[in-house]
Amino acid sequence: MKHDITSIIKRYNDDPTRLMDILIDVQSALGYLSDSTIEQIAKILDVSRVDVVQTVSFYHFFARAPRGKYTVYLNDSVVAGFYGRENVKEAFDAAAGIKFGEVTADGLIGLFNTPCIGMNDQEPAAIINERIFTKLTPAKARILISGMKAGKSIDQLMQEVLESNAKPSLKNSMIENNIIKKGAVIFSDYIPGSALKKVLNLSSLEVINIMKNAALRGRGGAGFPTGMKWDVARKIHSRTKYIFCNADEGEPGTFKDRVILTAMPKLVFEGMALAAYAVGARDGIFYLRNEYRYMREYLEGVLKEMRADRLLGTAICGKKGFDFDVRIQFGAGAYVCGEESALIESAEGKRGEPRDRPPFPVEKGYLQKPTVVNNVETFGSVVRIIQNGAAWYNGMGTEHSKGTKVLSISGDCANPGIYEVEWGFSVNDILKMAGAEDVQAVQIGGPSGSCIAPNEFGRILAYEDLATGGSLIIIGKNRDLLKDVVLNFQRFFADESCGSCVPCRALTVVCVKLMERVIEGKAAKTDLDDMISWAEIMKKNRCGLGQTAMNPVISTIKKFRELYDKKITAKDERFNPGFDLKSAVSDYDAIVGEK
Amino acid sequence: MGTFVKFYIDGKECIARHGTQLVKAACENNIYIPTLCNYPGIPPKGACRICAVIVNDKAVTACTTKVSESIVVHNNTPELEKFRKSVVEMLLSEGNHFCPSCEKSGTCELQALAYRYRVTVSGFPYMFPFREIEAWHPKLMKDHNRCIQCKRCIRGIKNDQRKSIFAFGKRGTHVEINIDHDASEGISDELAQRSMDICPVGAILRKRKGFDVPIGRRKYDNKPIGSDL
Ligand SMILES: Cc1cc2nc3c(=O)[nH]c(=O)nc-3n(C[C@H](O)[C@H](O)[C@H](O)COP(=O)(O)O)c2cc1C
Ligand code: SF4
Ligand code: SF4
Ligand code: FES
Repeated sequence: MKHDITSIIKRYNDDPTRLMDILIDVQSALGYLSDSTIEQIAKILDVSRVDVVQTVSFYHFFARAPRGKYTVYLNDSVVAGFYGRENVKEAFDAAAGIKFGEVTADGLIGLFNTPCIGMNDQEPAAIINERIFTKLTPAKARILISGMKAGKSIDQLMQEVLESNAKPSLKNSMIENNIIKKGAVIFSDYIPGSALKKVLNLSSLEVINIMKNAALRGRGGAGFPTGMKWDVARKIHSRTKYIFCNADEGEPGTFKDRVILTAMPKLVFEGMALAAYAVGARDGIFYLRNEYRYMREYLEGVLKEMRADRLLGTAICGKKGFDFDVRIQFGAGAYVCGEESALIESAEGKRGEPRDRPPFPVEKGYLQKPTVVNNVETFGSVVRIIQNGAAWYNGMGTEHSKGTKVLSISGDCANPGIYEVEWGFSVNDILKMAGAEDVQAVQIGGPSGSCIAPNEFGRILAYEDLATGGSLIIIGKNRDLLKDVVLNFQRFFADESCGSCVPCRALTVVCVKLMERVIEGKAAKTDLDDMISWAEIMKKNRCGLGQTAMNPVISTIKKFRELYDKKITAKDERFNPGFDLKSAVSDYDAIVGEK
Repeated sequence: MGTFVKFYIDGKECIARHGTQLVKAACENNIYIPTLCNYPGIPPKGACRICAVIVNDKAVTACTTKVSESIVVHNNTPELEKFRKSVVEMLLSEGNHFCPSCEKSGTCELQALAYRYRVTVSGFPYMFPFREIEAWHPKLMKDHNRCIQCKRCIRGIKNDQRKSIFAFGKRGTHVEINIDHDASEGISDELAQRSMDICPVGAILRKRKGFDVPIGRRKYDNKPIGSDL
């Protein structure tokens, strides 16, 4: 065992900044990270034990106690709930004879919840030993558990629950791509390497100017102009610069990066190489969320092919001095790591806590070197812009939003899946396309975005109106918006706060408590007023997570006030229905013998 | 060191070297910006957010902002003061702070800020979390009830080999400070004292020594925090 740990750490040259990889590999080998394992890792890396614990205990896929020979992580997203997650969960519970959060006494099976795993179009879904099981039913849950008890392999388990007509898009996987609408930019014909060959005759500045002229804006959500970001990195003198691809895709309801990576991986890696050419970088890091670990071999294979084709590696396309390669860095379960500076901290082996800015990552990023961080879809767009020119790209979309957007559409609709549309599409058009009827609300841009009501369905998707990273969750009239959606989202933020800023750490939790009170009919009107006033406080948090963490409750109080009013039963607003006199004095009653 | 630059806080013309931390620069100009997670001499980490100011129309934390030519800072505004009071209240409702039994009472920065902002009761629901007290260390006590997760101990204290003695565990509302057995073994009395002093509240205490300043002569007994600058 000791030997295993030593040799794994050797693989990473005893480098503490590779702690994430070390922990992932050691956990793979030993099943979990015991106190003595942590102690040994700390010794070899020559750091304090508490420093290792600091990283381990931050990420929810790191286990400090055994989590079973078979470990089931059942997705806890809103849409999974729509599609019968609760029944699947109960079936798992009953068949395994344990509750979620527990491991069977014989150490065979562990059942756990996990936030959105990026499979919203094929829910309920679970990760079992790094493999994805989709469209689960109670019957399938029972088959899986009995298969585990019979000691079947993961492949066998998957065979047993695979629907006969399923067409797996990846080897040994149940996942479907569900690309329903292809657009001109991402999902169109593409010959790997054609953009790279084209830039060889251009200067780095010319490449950046093309991006500027195309008015490409980042697809990770914030919409920062890509050309401008690259230009800052280009201008900084540094022998070492890094290109990061942000494939953390943690925003609940988003799964477009997963599909882009499955269908068009070379497009994305080529985009990274183009960025490297433009800013003068040699090293690329592809930060992939742990939920997508099933893609590892596939993506490693693609990288290998690209190296063989001289689209990566040294002297790319035969051009001397154009060297660039990519390594895959896995996360270990933390939404906040999608924030670019937290992503970098995580890649450096630390807890994923966002940094204070300035300095921005383009100035001082990974290992304090200039670092460009872009989203998967952004890199994909870059390739097409080089191929077809800025004017071509510019011709699509609206005044302030050029090109196309890949949308992840899920929830109450006939055709959940991936849609690539030009910016400027209205919500109504989208609902029609997806086959959605009787819609109560649409959640745009995930929990951190906004929830809109039917009278706003004429609005368009664009940076100037409804900006979105691409997630649309359709919520039907039959859903309990407050309980099934808002409470789920608020719990998500409370679980995912890194815990650094006081308002984010404290109020996300308080907000969950108050929402529970609202749903139980025990809230006062003043509770709603309080929550509205806290939105201002939250804006002073360090990062986007905390700044938007009360959006679910705030945007629904604004737009669906009647749902809240129905739950407020007290007529006198000074009356606090959340106060339960009986339970408050129960200790006293017990002492004096009253009931 | 940078050249001197002019800048403005609430309309008052100030002067400081270019690149000075805004909290410090304000102090040099006799202006108080409240802080909690900031500690002179160690790298800032904008964690508590209490030093929030508006610089050129943008909300930032003063401990992580550097002074540059002609910046316009808003500090003593009703909105910011209200926010700062909220930070104190959130901290009070998030942990378990029973001042009368705390040795840091009178020198505690959180308590002093609560007095400054006239907090009588927190406007946020009290959470009464269950937290432990750790007493295994021969020289230090760790009372998790009082910890405000400011990370001053993490950033400011290392042992002789420059290794961490303190580090965070977990995330979100569960974050806590862990003390390293090996790295803290045999620490000197001076380092133990420095650990206690660096902690703004009574979450790190020295064992076998305490209550040695009489009530009435403790740091904040007579003058509110911020009046001495
Ligand atoms: C809490 C949080 C989570 C984020 N998650 C992601 C993510 O999963 N993927 C992503 O590309 N950007 C994410 N972002 C945005 C990144 O910080 C960053 O803006 C983006 O990766 C930049 O790439 P772009 O300019 O190509 O959009 C997140 C931001 C925040 C605040
Ligand atoms: S806002 Fe929340 S998630 Fe972001 S840095 Fe602050 S505590 Fe961490
Ligand atoms: S122990 Fe003290 S110094 Fe350390 S984080 Fe807690 S309150 Fe801050
Ligand atoms: S003192 Fe500036 S954020 Fe805490």
